[in-house]
Amino acid sequence: MEKGKKPVSKDIKHEYPIRGMDFVAAGEASSNIKHTLQLIGFAPAIIRRAAIAAYESEMNIVIHATEGTLKTTISPERIEIIAADTGPGIPDIELAMREGYSTAPDHIREMGFGAGMGLPNIKNVSDEFTLDSTFGKGTTLKVVIYNQ
Amino acid sequence: MKLSETIGELEAEVKCCESSLDRDVSWCYCSDLLSDVMANAKKDSIWITLQTHPNIVAVASLLGLSAILVSRGAEPDPETIAKAVQENIPVLTTKLPTFEAAGRLYNLLNG
Repeated sequence: MEKGKKPVSKDIKHEYPIRGMDFVAAGEASSNIKHTLQLIGFAPAIIRRAAIAAYESEMNIVIHATEGTLKTTISPERIEIIAADTGPGIPDIELAMREGYSTAPDHIREMGFGAGMGLPNIKNVSDEFTLDSTFGKGTTLKVVIYNQ
Repeated sequence: MKLSETIGELEAEVKCCESSLDRDVSWCYCSDLLSDVMANAKKDSIWITLQTHPNIVAVASLLGLSAILVSRGAEPDPETIAKAVQENIPVLTTKLPTFEAAGRLYNLLNG
């Protein structure tokens, strides 16, 4: 590298605000993320995994939180999605990770959400999965998918 | 098989995106749980469901599904159709219940 020049990050960063209970806009952030990945030219299998992780994270914020953001950092090597929200938080993460366990209310379940599959789905498509939550404050989920 | 070739057998009414009926259909997935569809439906499938709200369009679009078939005479919400037009996802309806619609489609795709 030439002297005096700082390394330029080629990472593409985006941030999408998500509103709780807004089921009409729900999915738009994930859709934008998918389109970005298609434009960059990732393989369909990688895009599918990222789309699943993004959508389930987005819906978790819509269903459970008051508001939040999806932040993506995309490089040729990896796709990182951080879903952060202010909301009720998760009192027992181990329980929340159990397939079939959900705290979604009945009217949400009637829409076909809240099957207790979202977090396990995200974990299944991720290479790295970190879930941090403070009860009564909010939840941050970090997912990394490697382009390999 | 083209989506247009399944319409008759499914006794389906096309609610939107008539110009996209030439897309391929290779398989089908039946479920009313959105996360189940997200995890298991394959690209170029018809998704048969009783769900009628707009978010089914996001799921179909993210997965690259061929179409959504709303079964047993259920009517998609107007917002669902608006969203489907925006995302270019054909939405079909049929009076057939899910089992019968899926059975007919299975025979078509394996015929």
